[in-house]
Amino acid sequence: MSHGIGRIESIAGPVVRCVGLPSVRMYEVVRVGEQQLIGEVIEVGEGTCTVQVYEETSGVAPGEPVESTGDSLSVELGPGLLGSIYDGIQRPLPELREMSGDFISRGLTVEGIDKEKKWEFKPLVKIGDKVEPGDVIGEVPETQIITSKILVPLGVRGEVVEIVSPGEYTVVETICKVKDSHGDVHDVVMLQRTPVRIGRPFKGRVPMDTPLITGQRVIDTFMPQAKGGTGAIPGGFGTGKTVTLHQFAKWADAQVVVYVGCGERGNEMTEALEEWPHLKDPQSGRPLMERTVLIANTSNMPVAAREASIYVAVTLAEYFRDQGYDVALMADSTSRWAEALREISGRLGQLPSEEGYPAYLGSRLAQFYERGGRVKALGSGNRLGSITICGAVSPPGGDFSEPVTQATLRIVKVFWALDKDLAARRFFPAINSLTSYSLYQNTLEEWHKENLGADWPELVTEAMALLQKDQELREIVQLVGPDALPESERATLEAARMIKEDFLTQSALHEIDTYCPPGKTYRMLRVIINFARKMAEAVSVGVHVRRLLEFSVLDNIARMKIAPWDSYDSTLDAIETKMEREFQTLYQELSDSGMVMSKPAE
Amino acid sequence: MSKKSSVAYRTVSDVSGPLLVVEGTHNVSYNEVVRIRAPSGELLTGTVLETGRGRAVIQVFEGTSGLDTDVTAVRFTGETLKLPVSSEILGRVLDGSGNPLDDGPKLTAEDHWDIYGSPINPYARQYPRQPIQTGLSVIDGLNTLVRGQKLPIFSGSGLPHNRIAAQIVRQSKIPGEEGEFAIVFAAMGITATEAQYFMKSFEETGALEHTTLFLNLANDPAIERIITPRAALTAAEYLAYESDMHVLVILTDMTNYAEALREISAARSEVPGRRGYPGYLYTDLSLIYERAGRINGRNGTITQMPILSMPQDDMTHPIPDLTGYITEGQLPLSRGLHRRGVYPPIDPGPSLSRLMKEGIGEGMTRFDHKEVQAQLYYGYSEGIDLRDLVAVVGSEALTDRDQKYLKFADRFEAEFIGQGEFEDRSFEQTLDLGWNLLSEFPERELKRCDPDTISWAKERGAYRAA
Ligand SMILES: Nc1ncnc2c1ncn2[C@@H]1O[C@H](COP(=O)(O)OP(=O)(O)O)[C@@H](O)[C@H]1O
Ligand SMILES: [Mg+2]
Repeated sequence: MSHGIGRIESIAGPVVRCVGLPSVRMYEVVRVGEQQLIGEVIEVGEGTCTVQVYEETSGVAPGEPVESTGDSLSVELGPGLLGSIYDGIQRPLPELREMSGDFISRGLTVEGIDKEKKWEFKPLVKIGDKVEPGDVIGEVPETQIITSKILVPLGVRGEVVEIVSPGEYTVVETICKVKDSHGDVHDVVMLQRTPVRIGRPFKGRVPMDTPLITGQRVIDTFMPQAKGGTGAIPGGFGTGKTVTLHQFAKWADAQVVVYVGCGERGNEMTEALEEWPHLKDPQSGRPLMERTVLIANTSNMPVAAREASIYVAVTLAEYFRDQGYDVALMADSTSRWAEALREISGRLGQLPSEEGYPAYLGSRLAQFYERGGRVKALGSGNRLGSITICGAVSPPGGDFSEPVTQATLRIVKVFWALDKDLAARRFFPAINSLTSYSLYQNTLEEWHKENLGADWPELVTEAMALLQKDQELREIVQLVGPDALPESERATLEAARMIKEDFLTQSALHEIDTYCPPGKTYRMLRVIINFARKMAEAVSVGVHVRRLLEFSVLDNIARMKIAPWDSYDSTLDAIETKMEREFQTLYQELSDSGMVMSKPAE
Repeated sequence: MSKKSSVAYRTVSDVSGPLLVVEGTHNVSYNEVVRIRAPSGELLTGTVLETGRGRAVIQVFEGTSGLDTDVTAVRFTGETLKLPVSSEILGRVLDGSGNPLDDGPKLTAEDHWDIYGSPINPYARQYPRQPIQTGLSVIDGLNTLVRGQKLPIFSGSGLPHNRIAAQIVRQSKIPGEEGEFAIVFAAMGITATEAQYFMKSFEETGALEHTTLFLNLANDPAIERIITPRAALTAAEYLAYESDMHVLVILTDMTNYAEALREISAARSEVPGRRGYPGYLYTDLSLIYERAGRINGRNGTITQMPILSMPQDDMTHPIPDLTGYITEGQLPLSRGLHRRGVYPPIDPGPSLSRLMKEGIGEGMTRFDHKEVQAQLYYGYSEGIDLRDLVAVVGSEALTDRDQKYLKFADRFEAEFIGQGEFEDRSFEQTLDLGWNLLSEFPERELKRCDPDTISWAKERGAYRAA
């Protein structure tokens, strides 16, 4: 690689203009100034180029050197990613701490993956096998839950002429040699380097027919995410974006989680670092960090690296997708990424569009979300993998009409709308079930019917109708008072209250309720809708709602949330039986007292 | 670097607003400190905002009045802005850039620290978990402050944020612990009367010896406000990380800070974001607020309580909005509560302490804290909804249950939120008071509490439902 040297011409914040760098390319990584700060070329002119610097530029002066590296901004991929925490350009934070102490200083170079650590490699090909890019040549049990599949890199195709025997190897040792059709022999190592700004290739997209179970009832019920889907969660501060994304990272039934804290709080990353190693993945029972990669570019870390962090994250996600895993990528917050884009664009003097954002905001967002999806991976096997992307959006003033929210909503298929009023009354998750939506609801219906219950779609529709009606009725009550409502409508209000209080609210902080297995979600909804139906029937034959509210099963319903994950069935069986009995007793009493002639037909 | 300091440029080509443009410069680095000699002989300070092509743009902290293009001389120091730090600064009154204002001895610096600091490695942080008892029920009971947290007060003109802040400083403690504490107080554009109020209040409680004041008052140069919070936080970091102290930093008023930033941005003709504030306001504020926290293996901590006034009480205004996106919660004051004579008028609805969840409960405050908090919130928001309804349909239309909630909301405001300016309640007292108010409701109504917890509260005599 030729390493050209140029000079700094001018500096304004993270944007540095350079002259005299020969044949520098767009998105090439350069070293800026005497301190060798890391930067990336974002504009190329005649004899000049503009660089965004991923580190603070105080003290850097014009005239200092700029050195090209010939490399694009890339990440290192291979065993060793899981359980790591990186900054926005894949520098491991623990190593940065070792080098520079508790505060991050500048000009530090650390690689993303440990080159000395030895991994237990098991070959899966033999000499003479024909391989193509994406084929699995062996595997490494990286953690107890995730086996890292070692793939043939792009550009390598041919016949295996050498493969090591099972044993311990570093990621840079040659483990396999492949001879191509020209007779050239390629060395294959476990480590791959991939540029971050373009997606890794795959064979094709496949339909998304499986939900990503999040364990959050309101989401799994009303606006489910699909494996491979894209979703956004906009909301003003304090409405629950971060808690919800953390909940996904902890409980969603993805196999690998990539979580990027992009321009948000330091303590939120610390919380994940301190808590997640002690939490167990509900599917495997293993510590969560064994399936997780964290990327932390907090708000006080350099802005340009914030812009890059999103791409670094999605490239890591693609690497696991290509191995055939279902990956969930959480980005908190995409608005901070957009602001980084705006800041750089402003310093470049580009013509601003709405609210100062560059005109390409929408297309950049779309490019990012397009890297999600469920795909057939490269290689001869029929490996399917997916990346589900969930992004937080932080609209100024909580106003969804702003450019980032609007541009995002044009792209994503799931919209979880957070509601300030709900958050203010501590109704969590503060997701507005009437304005939120999932465009995957229909494609996921088959799965739901098969795995939860054939009546699932009906239950969901009925619950939604009750909430809708509730909203209308409450507007009326605000105008004329509750007395004006007929008994049947009071029953509706009561049913909706049960849905909201006993089903939709779910505390992320409660030991049990923090996660709700899909089977439990189904049964809880069924109990409430059954009660609502029976209540409506009873009211239709003249029973007062007041009388129904005396049912002691209501207390049990109010506490079904905290039924344990592994034994909720017996709790819910008991509730259903008790409910049946209390209604029977009611009709018995009524017919004894001659008030009702007969129980309504079943 | 020293060779540079000998060069004095007299090539000022433009003076406009807070900015100065110097031509023919060599090797001037970004963000370096500049000393300016005005025609009057006065010495001013600035920093480089832009450099290159033989030209440097400088922001002048004292403002540019009196500067010209002929005589004004500019010297580049080759250094970034540094604060001389030492533990001697406790008990001292400094100006907004850290120069002594009082008649105390000259400060001997133990070190010089860059006022912009460096970002804390998230991997080095320790999650804040120790609750601070402020003695105010509305904070301690509903939105507990935790050591190492950044929790702002959102206020408005005429609201008693200063009295609240002074009370918090007076009363704050960690029950059963007598660690070394210090207060760093940064005033940005507040009036001399307000500053006097704080000094007097610190003096009365004997806190003044543990306090460093950085004062940029209303009649001090506006652009200096860009430095004030940074100098204050640098001092706080020294006290916390070198002298193992628990430091409470009060920054007031952050709105004035943001306005200084806007002035610079406008002078540079930058593309404005919302309401004329620069697009990087979020990042800029986070560089201040994220300096709160706790670091693994270090004993001291930095807790921040920024105070800001919301223009027209508008919480969606960029300053409170972006602050709320960075800080770990917020305590907004309510004009409604204030008018109804409730002190402190902290509005529970939009209030939040994000770090509370890890800082309360068994072994920290009391095991029933979470449940009491949830039930009080539920009761108060039900009560408020009903108030709106009563305004329309009258109270006769309400059921028994509704009447209870109405009464609860009134008592909650008067007795739980409301308290004396010199009344210091313990966590125990606050939680028992909560149960006392919940006694308005029968047991079955307390859906957010565990039946066992209710029995416990009954036995204790705190919950006495009819
Ligand atoms: N599902 C939930 N369960 C319990 N509390 C929640 C939940 N969601 C949000 N909260 C509360 O709301 C606060 C703010 O949530 P957070 O996700 O940090 O908001 P945002 O990221 O939107 O600013 C949290 O600190 C927590 O107290
Ligand atoms: Mg958040």
